Amino acid sequence: MKVLGLILVVACWILLAVGATDFPRMGDPASPAALHVSPRYLEKGLAETQTPNIVTAVLADYRGYDTMYETTVVFAAGVSCFLLLRFFRRQAPPHTLYRHKPSGTVVAIQRGYRLRGPHPDLVPIDRDWAPHDPIVELASRILIPLIQIFALYVVAHGHYSPGGGFQGGVILGASLILLAISQDLRTAQARLGERSNALLSAIGVLIYVGVGALALALGGNFLDYGALAGLMHVDPVYARNLGILFVEIGVAIAVMATMFFIYRNVASAGALDEGL
Amino acid sequence: MDRFLELLTSNYNYWVYITLMMIGLWGMIAKRNLVKKIIGMSIFQTAIILFYISIGAKEGGTIPIIMEPGGHGSAAQAVVRAADYINPLPHVLMLTAIVVAVATLGVALSLAIKIYQRYGTLEEKDILKQINKP
Amino acid sequence: MIVQLDLVILTLVVVCAVGALWVRDLLSAAILFGAYSFMLCLLWSIMGAVDVAFTEASVGAGVSTVFMVAAVFRTSRRTKD
Repeated sequence: MKVLGLILVVACWILLAVGATDFPRMGDPASPAALHVSPRYLEKGLAETQTPNIVTAVLADYRGYDTMYETTVVFAAGVSCFLLLRFFRRQAPPHTLYRHKPSGTVVAIQRGYRLRGPHPDLVPIDRDWAPHDPIVELASRILIPLIQIFALYVVAHGHYSPGGGFQGGVILGASLILLAISQDLRTAQARLGERSNALLSAIGVLIYVGVGALALALGGNFLDYGALAGLMHVDPVYARNLGILFVEIGVAIAVMATMFFIYRNVASAGALDEGL
Repeated sequence: MDRFLELLTSNYNYWVYITLMMIGLWGMIAKRNLVKKIIGMSIFQTAIILFYISIGAKEGGTIPIIMEPGGHGSAAQAVVRAADYINPLPHVLMLTAIVVAVATLGVALSLAIKIYQRYGTLEEKDILKQINKP
Repeated sequence: MIVQLDLVILTLVVVCAVGALWVRDLLSAAILFGAYSFMLCLLWSIMGAVDVAFTEASVGAGVSTVFMVAAVFRTSRRTKD
């Protein structure tokens, strides 16, 4: 199988390399890709949308339909992970462990039985014990709010610097994953419950489609942000700038919620009680 | 020979990208472990994204954020020359591709975990043996 | 677009890709995959694609590596091939 694969791959390489001899030299200013469609967006992009970052302008305004479906794909991936791992899961583990804090003994409760009443002295612990490092935990606790502020800056400043909705959303999701890794998954789950997590990722997609539907209701085309100008009492060019901002906020919320949702399901294989 | 050398110096980067793509493809075909196959798929995807981004590069062009001579907040300036900036359109398409790649990675890893829970192993030969036996 | 820098980083990218598929320890393969992602991010910064480099740095070297390590943690770590 490996030899067959190697022969196939070498044959494919030769075919593609022979085809690549026709390509223009990298960085050629006279290549066809740089001459036909892109100059129009570079020259008119700032005047039509008032957004210096042309990549964000094309992504959220001129190709906004693609970006809407991409957000839907991210949401669908989160739902697929949930369906695979959490919905169809196998039996619960044989026993859950609690530690009695004053004396240090570990209590194991069998499957099917539960503790009743408040038990302030018994804390649940993980089955696979991982060493707990106070330096990592303290450093993460200081860093996580700063990471989140930076992520909000990236989302809001996407018009003027590299950044935008996806990057900010992924950094926000990564900050939550950092909380789950440095402490344990139960702490992160106390911050953001499962139901709110799934709701947030749906709300992100809803914000995006909602902006488009609002533009449709006000008389323009779907996702035509210029039609929102009457609602906000600004001129149509600035309304496109604001429309891009709203849409990027929706994307950031959806991506953040989905990244944490997928991590939660993968790290605990559906059981949601312990992670890395 | 002369023509080949000239071709090599001008097109060598495309051949490196094709080599990366073929490494990823070989990993998907020939490796027997499921996680190695997933890594091969990711290498393939990112190599294709690399190829597209290299199309947008332009000599003497700067990043596609329009510079305003009056600093931030000034109104739309007089004339923007497209030859000063690199091509932004492949960047837009590949941003979507990167995010879809990570979503696919999440689903693929969930499938691998599910297979491991059912068959107890991630090697392709052992899984096939367990499927074909009873 | 300096040629020598381009060549060095391209070589590193190919070495990381081959290494990620060669090693037998799946945790090392996941970490090498993170390094491959980061080298690609550098390459795109050199070409001037700053948005794409930003996305790849946050997604590839951050979230994607963590997903792989979490999946390796839940399944087995050694592989025969």
